Amino acid sequence: MESLKPTDVLDIERIQADFPILAREVKPGVKVVYLDSTATTQKPVQVIETMNEYYRRSNANIHRGIHVLAEEATALYEDARVTVAKFINAPAARQIIFTRNTTESINLVAQTWGRVNLNPADVVILTEMEHHSNLVPWQILAAQKNLQLEFIPVDAQGYLDLEVYRSLLDLNPKLVAFTQMSNVLGTINPAMEMTQMAHDSGAIVLIDGAQSVPHFPVDVQELGADFLVFSGHKMCGPTGVGVLYGRKKLLEEMPPFLGGGDMIKRVQLRSFIPNSIPYKFEAGTPAIAEAIGLGAAVDYLQQVGLDAIAAQEQVVVDYALERLSEVPGVTVYGPEAIDRGGVTAFNLDGVHAHDVAQVLDGDGVAVRAGHHCAMPLHDKLNIPASARASYYLYNSVEDVDKLIDAIYKVKKIFRL
Amino acid sequence: MDDFYREIIIDRYQNPHFKGELDPHDITFEDSNPLCGDELRIDVRMNGEDKIEEARFSGRGCAISLASADLLLEYVQGKSIEEVKALSKDDVLDLLGIELGPVRLKCALLSLKVLKAGAYGLDEASDELVE
Ligand SMILES: Cc1ncc(COP(=O)(O)O)c(C=O)c1O
Repeated sequence: MESLKPTDVLDIERIQADFPILAREVKPGVKVVYLDSTATTQKPVQVIETMNEYYRRSNANIHRGIHVLAEEATALYEDARVTVAKFINAPAARQIIFTRNTTESINLVAQTWGRVNLNPADVVILTEMEHHSNLVPWQILAAQKNLQLEFIPVDAQGYLDLEVYRSLLDLNPKLVAFTQMSNVLGTINPAMEMTQMAHDSGAIVLIDGAQSVPHFPVDVQELGADFLVFSGHKMCGPTGVGVLYGRKKLLEEMPPFLGGGDMIKRVQLRSFIPNSIPYKFEAGTPAIAEAIGLGAAVDYLQQVGLDAIAAQEQVVVDYALERLSEVPGVTVYGPEAIDRGGVTAFNLDGVHAHDVAQVLDGDGVAVRAGHHCAMPLHDKLNIPASARASYYLYNSVEDVDKLIDAIYKVKKIFRL
Repeated sequence: MDDFYREIIIDRYQNPHFKGELDPHDITFEDSNPLCGDELRIDVRMNGEDKIEEARFSGRGCAISLASADLLLEYVQGKSIEEVKALSKDDVLDLLGIELGPVRLKCALLSLKVLKAGAYGLDEASDELVE
């Protein structure tokens, strides 16, 4: 029986018109159905044009040039910082560090804050659902400093086990680092509560916002986060720019990350005095056009409205869960719709996720297949890989129908 | 696209002829594809004339990687180690009879990589074996 089809919250046709790539035919007569936004999102024309304009009109290196172009470029770059700061309600723009991506932001914290503040036998708490980018930097640091890593387990429904978390906190961890939303299970973790619990036991908290900041309102002051990290390319912005937000005192006390131009106040042959934040952490010429593009992406998302985007994703994921559950042989991983963002990772009995994705691609349905940079989580689920359909503001309930139709095609080809 | 999953690929994926392990064996090697976590082991037993008498694969993977393993092991039966060393990417693609993009090529070539690494007696398999 076919489920009753819900209505989209957003005017999807109008939104899709902002994304030129969504009009693309990936083969003659087959338009792309892009269900891979968890990996990277598509870019609206507003972002593409802003970056184009920057290169056509204002391109120059920033900060020291005294000419019109340099001043314009500097102003645009710093405006983007202000835009991003307001977006996550950071107290001040200088608490926004532009990095390359989430991964670099986490490595930065590990190798600066971590290198200075963590000592042998100190405990760091992570979770079993982390992306490799919130595991490996801590593994590297743990090997350098002889740290003890502990992990909050994921239960059978895809939730973090907060009872175990509570008992891990008795180990007096120095740091708790976790994702606000899983890029595989879609689980939205109770970040505020988890942060409060960590603070009560004296730990610093890093929140991986790669999948949360793009999809629903995130307020760093409300969360109480000490560090929040995310990537521009997962929120309608370009690749090559990411963000590290940090509490001012922490950032000021941290040593620099990379050395070079811009991050210094004064240099002598054998020594240097670091610049103040945020510049202390932005060595060398940054991704100027990309940061400006990220600012435009934030403007775009705010114009559509983060609440509306979250509501649209909720409708779509709700419908996707329902329709997927009707397909015999399909197993979906993760919690109920109410605690889940726009992600549905699944497997089809008897078919490898790669083959599912390949057949789907034949109908223009773009999903990802593999371990999604979360190998430990896949080990825990006892599967080598999964196929993952993920949704963003430009996805409609129709896209879910196309996904389901294509899954039936997989079954036919594999004689299931 | 539907050509992609030719009858023979689905057949060999669902009903492989050369799946299993050989104990004892003269050659064994295993490797994984870090992109997708697929794992493949190949065991080989030689006969008195230095030809491959039997070969079996085990592990987990997609239809392309497992069907290509099955077809490859059929193909190398009765061949010498020198002949195995001389196999190329195109030999495997001919067996599969499909064209593949860069991502799926890795799936298709895992079995050749494992078999050649075993034939050369390497400690670690390298992509250079199948370029
Ligand atoms: C939860 C999470 N954290 C971190 C990352 C890494 O992001 P990036 O590759 O942009 O550094 C991702 C990307 O897939 C993610 O989903």
